[in-house]
Amino acid sequence: MNAAVRSDEVLVPYEHRQSAHCETGVISGLLRHHGLPMSEPMAFGVSAAICYAYLPFIKFGGLPLFAYRMPPGHVIRWLTRRLGIRMHMQTFRQPAEGTRVLDRHLSEGRAVGVQTSAYWLSYFPPDMRFHFNAHNLVVYGRRGDQYLISDPVIDILVECEAEALQKARFTRGVLAPKGLLYYPEYIPPRVDLPRAIHKAIRFTTGMMLHVPLNFMGIRGIRTVARKIRGLDPGHEHYNKLLLGHMVRMQEEIGTGGAGFRFLYASFLQEAAAVLDKPTLTAIADRLTAVGDEWRRFALNAAKMCKNRMAMDYGLLADQLMLCADQEEAIYKQLRAEVK
Amino acid sequence: MKKDEVPQQNAKAFMGHSKLLYAVDDQGRYVPAPCNGWEAEEIVLDQAIAEYLRLAEDAWCRAKDGRASALEYHMYRQRMDVVLLAQTTGYFKWRVRRDLRPGAFQKLGPARRERYADALGLTPADLDRLPEQP
Repeated sequence: MNAAVRSDEVLVPYEHRQSAHCETGVISGLLRHHGLPMSEPMAFGVSAAICYAYLPFIKFGGLPLFAYRMPPGHVIRWLTRRLGIRMHMQTFRQPAEGTRVLDRHLSEGRAVGVQTSAYWLSYFPPDMRFHFNAHNLVVYGRRGDQYLISDPVIDILVECEAEALQKARFTRGVLAPKGLLYYPEYIPPRVDLPRAIHKAIRFTTGMMLHVPLNFMGIRGIRTVARKIRGLDPGHEHYNKLLLGHMVRMQEEIGTGGAGFRFLYASFLQEAAAVLDKPTLTAIADRLTAVGDEWRRFALNAAKMCKNRMAMDYGLLADQLMLCADQEEAIYKQLRAEVK
Repeated sequence: MKKDEVPQQNAKAFMGHSKLLYAVDDQGRYVPAPCNGWEAEEIVLDQAIAEYLRLAEDAWCRAKDGRASALEYHMYRQRMDVVLLAQTTGYFKWRVRRDLRPGAFQKLGPARRERYADALGLTPADLDRLPEQP
């Protein structure tokens, strides 16, 4: 790698490609940077990141957690494990040390992924800044006091002051990044993609269909549907917050429910070509239809929050049940395909 | 979703940026599709921000008549709540709740003020200050 070094400027040539989700975007970008062709949907699928979990015991602003994907860190860990890639991952106790090591990597011509809070990044539009500690981005250079950043969810290259980046990397609390930085250390000359895809699909369908807990996978979707049906109409302020929160988790925080369905469907299309299984393309089409249903649910719920539509918990519950039924059929068929 | 059905409703929160979705083209193949705003997202985002503003304004009014500390106002202002502030500072929730009371807040030692200020991205002196408007 050729790093153009001037006294106060370091710049590693890095190709910025916008992506739908931060973690898959960063890891696929870093792998491409190191010469391994990898699309974002492929990274998402092979890491088996799609999921559904309703975790009422974890509160987020007083509201339960709805997760539409595996927990942060899962993508990087499982994608690299399934492909035999070794990552260099490092966390720090002292913020100053974390910044020093970041600078050293840059001056050695290495673009690195870092985990940050989304709230303290100065280039984020103010209305999009929330305390979410597992955002990921690539630092590819430094110009004076500004770090040059390729943030996969933003359409353009951005810059961030050193102080703000350090604060974002060392915020404390749940999922505290502890300054985590990472880059691929070893990529095998040949990766066995078909085998990895096979294993990943087994994992995903197992998560969605066969975890015997009523808050995970398809069962989780049904639990939430029943919960919405049973909401007390007397607590409308809370109910609206809950529904809005659900939609926000679904559509915004990391592209969420429908977005992830589309991402996974895109992965299935790619997988169909890699495994030479055209049936996966048909499954992808069905998953697209479910994604559309999730979006209709989101739009209805949002309109009800804003009184643009009469509040109807039964309707929302029916829509979720429909999503659950359709997804169950899809994952069953998918599991049969990769027997 | 088809690529030409991707909503483009120019959300003000995006400030001219767009986010990326995946959608299908005419041949049914998935392609990246930018989206610069969607009604559903905009509604729920506004709702979440309005809720923090409501809490901040309420805390501001109470802080004005001395029934709450300025710390409580700053907490909501920075889009936090007791749980999040406790997690970020590493203090117990009951301790944060106690420190939010005006009396306990006055007696905070410099180390603890520093810790709260750091969690909120403010200087320790800012913690006392209440703006003219919420």
